[in-house]
Amino acid sequence: MKRLSRYRRHKAVGPSLLIFALLAIGTTFSVASATTTAQTTTADRSALIEEGRQIFLKGCSSCHGLNSEGGAIAPSLVGVGAASVDFQVGTGRMPMADMSTQAMRKEPLYTPEETAALAAYVASLAPGPEIPTEEQLNYERDGSTAEGGELFRNNCAMCHNFAGQGGALTQGKYAPTLMGVEPKHIYEAMVTGPQAMPVFSDKTITPEEKLSIIKWIKHAESEPNLGGASLGRVGPVTEGLLAWTFGLGILIGVAVWLAMKAR
Amino acid sequence: MTTEQKLGQVANYVDERTGAAAWMKKNLQKVFPDHWSFLLGEVALYSFIILLLSGTYLTFWFDPSAREVIYEGSYEPLEGVQMSAAYASTLHISFEVRGGLLMRQIHHWAALIFMAAIVAHLMRVFFTGAFRKPREGNWIIGVGLLTLGIVEGFLGYSLPDDLLSGTGIRIAEAIIQAIPVVGSYLSYFAFGGAFPGEAFIPRIYTVHVLLLPGAFLALITAHLMMVWYQKHTQFPGPGRTEKNVVGYPLMPVYMAKAGGFFFIVFGVIAFISAVASINPIWLYGPYTPGQISAGSQPDWYMGWLDGLVRMSPPIETYFFGYTVSWNILIPGLIVPGILFTGMALYPFIESWITGDKREHHLLDRPRNAPNRTALGAMSITFMIVALINGGNDLIATHFDLSINQIMWGTRFGIFILPPLAFVITKRLCLSLQRADRELVLHGRETGRLLRLPHGEFVEVHEPISPEKAYLLTSHEQAPALELPEVDARGVKRAGAIRNKIRSRMSVAHSEAVPKVSVDDLKEIDSH
Amino acid sequence: MSNEIEAIKDPGLPAHVHRKADHDPIAARRAERQVASMFMISALGTVLLVASFFIPEDVFIFVPVMGDQNAHQLGLGLGMAISLFFIGMGAIHWAKTLMPDQEVIAHRHEFRSPDEDRKEFVAAVKDGAQASGLGRRSLIKRSLGAALGLSAISPLLLLRDLGPLPGNDLKETSWKSGTYLVTDPGDRRIRASDLEVGAVAQVLPETDDPEHRKLNDIAKDALLLIRLRPEEFNLDAERLSWTHEGIIAFSKICSHMGCAVALYEQTTKHLLCPCHQSTFDVTRAAKVIFGPAARPLPQLNITVDDEGYLVARTPFTEPVGPSFWGRISS
Repeated sequence: MKRLSRYRRHKAVGPSLLIFALLAIGTTFSVASATTTAQTTTADRSALIEEGRQIFLKGCSSCHGLNSEGGAIAPSLVGVGAASVDFQVGTGRMPMADMSTQAMRKEPLYTPEETAALAAYVASLAPGPEIPTEEQLNYERDGSTAEGGELFRNNCAMCHNFAGQGGALTQGKYAPTLMGVEPKHIYEAMVTGPQAMPVFSDKTITPEEKLSIIKWIKHAESEPNLGGASLGRVGPVTEGLLAWTFGLGILIGVAVWLAMKAR
Repeated sequence: MTTEQKLGQVANYVDERTGAAAWMKKNLQKVFPDHWSFLLGEVALYSFIILLLSGTYLTFWFDPSAREVIYEGSYEPLEGVQMSAAYASTLHISFEVRGGLLMRQIHHWAALIFMAAIVAHLMRVFFTGAFRKPREGNWIIGVGLLTLGIVEGFLGYSLPDDLLSGTGIRIAEAIIQAIPVVGSYLSYFAFGGAFPGEAFIPRIYTVHVLLLPGAFLALITAHLMMVWYQKHTQFPGPGRTEKNVVGYPLMPVYMAKAGGFFFIVFGVIAFISAVASINPIWLYGPYTPGQISAGSQPDWYMGWLDGLVRMSPPIETYFFGYTVSWNILIPGLIVPGILFTGMALYPFIESWITGDKREHHLLDRPRNAPNRTALGAMSITFMIVALINGGNDLIATHFDLSINQIMWGTRFGIFILPPLAFVITKRLCLSLQRADRELVLHGRETGRLLRLPHGEFVEVHEPISPEKAYLLTSHEQAPALELPEVDARGVKRAGAIRNKIRSRMSVAHSEAVPKVSVDDLKEIDSH
Repeated sequence: MSNEIEAIKDPGLPAHVHRKADHDPIAARRAERQVASMFMISALGTVLLVASFFIPEDVFIFVPVMGDQNAHQLGLGLGMAISLFFIGMGAIHWAKTLMPDQEVIAHRHEFRSPDEDRKEFVAAVKDGAQASGLGRRSLIKRSLGAALGLSAISPLLLLRDLGPLPGNDLKETSWKSGTYLVTDPGDRRIRASDLEVGAVAQVLPETDDPEHRKLNDIAKDALLLIRLRPEEFNLDAERLSWTHEGIIAFSKICSHMGCAVALYEQTTKHLLCPCHQSTFDVTRAAKVIFGPAARPLPQLNITVDDEGYLVARTPFTEPVGPSFWGRISS
């Protein structure tokens, strides 16, 4: 003991104590969580659901609760359906990194197989919206671009902007850009209403109408900018900025040259 | 026959019918001072000409009608969509008329640059005091042109009847409707009934294409005639006095430079129109009152109005069953009215403060009129804060902020920042005056060090040229007005409070760092 | 301090500095060639403009930073820009390098007319006024005033038919007792069960001719339908009775300046108007909680018919849309 106390003011003490504490807490937690008994369900447990449950316990239960019952910082996942999970995890929004305002789209943490497992697990908790199949997502065949545009402007443009570039909500929340989003995820978002986005029920916007919306969004995404560089497709703000900086700037530059004496 | 002889015949022909030689001889030799900041007004003038040319082109295809049609043109995503003929014809210009989209863009970019040039020109005229006698009338015409320009631009981009501009019209209608007593009547007269109605697009077409351009032509002609007749002002400097104009003659130098500048302005606007998309109405969709896009703003020259309306507190008062919407009237009509009236009357306000009734043809360097420059900085700050709030949703998404934060920030900022800008600018001007004084008294710091025999290091100062010394000291520094409160017999003068305000403002206005005199220089020479 | 501060004297115009082209013929020729080449570039620009006119309009080329650009459009614009810009550059360069750059002094004359002329002017005006007899003949003066004043009425009167009087128009919408709520677009009737909790629907009143809805009607009729859990409401008994199983209906036309308030945040139960950021709390009957709007959005009293379709029970109890002077008075 005396030997140890001689080193108590050594400069390595702080960092080593910290590392020891982190290791201790981390190992204790993972051991403890791994040995907690999970709730047994009455349904047959397929391998996928079980795999999903394991992933869930490791990566999601700390916020969503060991039984997906939710808590102070995360909602319950009972009844949200496979579609919600496929959207949130597939777009990388979940697991949520920055807890400040809202979940951001980022690189997905889980592979598509793991995502499918998670979705199956959450779907097994209670009935909810299902992941749309390839057949259900054939927007090229079943959707109409022009109708989609009308529907988009009526239901989506007020949050996501007329060209799907995104827009501001209150208190720092935002409706993200729709550019570069998989059709499946667009569909799932409309059906499940993630975070601040409302739900667009299949009776108020039918599945065909949803496909038309997706078709229009995909068209807007691929449409080249007619008339020049797009300046962000956000309207007069960027146009005014360009007129003052580039436009008037060049003209003042020429004016200065004009009034200068030649050598 | 030689060219000279041929020209002589033409000149003779014209002169025998008009007596033109007499007034041409004088005017071809008219002198124009050369400074780059004098070209800002020209940018506005040339943009106006470009607007007239491109606008006329557009009228050959545009259909100013709110009649509902089904789209059958080449832009697929709008096929079969119901829209007004105005919107459909604008799509036609954009997609089927060769060069149509380019001309639409030239017209709209020229409008943005027209307004920007007017504002830049206004700032130049203000900060150099070019609005003083005898140019007060021209200043008022200029403020009139600014106001008409804002209206003309708003009406212009509303003509295509797209979702974004239609929203703007809805807001304009709400302002009209909010006017006490007569608001709803004025709105029904303007729109031919309820909003949006079918009369508004054709009516604003007449205003945009006939009435306002006519007003512009008249006002711009008057504006230029005054500049021509009163001769342009010039910056102070060696050889320049209140009684002369130093520069280049109209023919050939000014003609070449100014004429060439027209092609420059046109070329730059065409370039921007080729490489930058503006007002892509096909993406906005046709206007219907049930739709809206996130991030809806008016064009920049109205952005400050939008910002003021956004930051307004939600005040409405009700009395005897009648509603007065202060939350619309104050930011939408009253504050802009006060600002623009104050701006128009400023030459008279300033001459009241200074008591200066003389003609001025030499410009002020902004630092030598610190109060005026600070006032200008204060106004610009006000406008910028309002403008920022007008784009608060775009700023929020782009910079990860919240619209609520920005709104509260600008609500306080609009009261705190302008006075702050005033104080900082005034102090800056006085510092610059001090720096000028140092320059005249002690010369330019060369950065070369010299070691004196007794060991001291000094920096060698190079005396400035007599031309520069003159430039830095030729400005006037009028003392504050002396308005005695009591007259010779001890009786208090009438209008005492007014005079007190006037004296106080005059004292503030005339605060300056005393300029260097010959005596000061003699004193220095004698050390 | 004394008033006779002797100012530093004006040294006069600085000595003229000659340009290279003024004394060096080689430099002058160079300047001439520079001007000429600028004019030539302009000509090339015109060639580009003409050539681009014939490029098919569906050809796209890739430009760095700008992405795929329409070649026809880009060519026309750049051609025009180059042809104009370089005429200007050429002219200005010509003036700067080759035209005389000796500064010229002109004199300003006083604007004030000579006293002689002023006296004559005043006399002319006085004589003219006297000759007109207006001063003496007050009957003419008064009757002229009356005639001119009255004639101003004609233009005002002739503009009367610019529009109808508003009457009660601003206070009425197409929503009557029993009007069905239908989707916008689509015109399908809506059952309560069609909406899930957290769902929102854009709604219009059912009409006989859905293909030809008038924008004037949409401007007052547009409705927003939102479904919450009934326990999430914070309403008085009367307003609660206007909802149905957690479904609440509001006018979509903003009470501030008439934009469409359709931005619904499911998590906060707030409606945001994108025009001026007025924020309305759905759980408290669209009470304004932020922004310049002074009044909540009018709520529509809804119920279901025997088939379960949502209908309006009564019309709106207040005018929808922005305020106006006579909004409250009958």
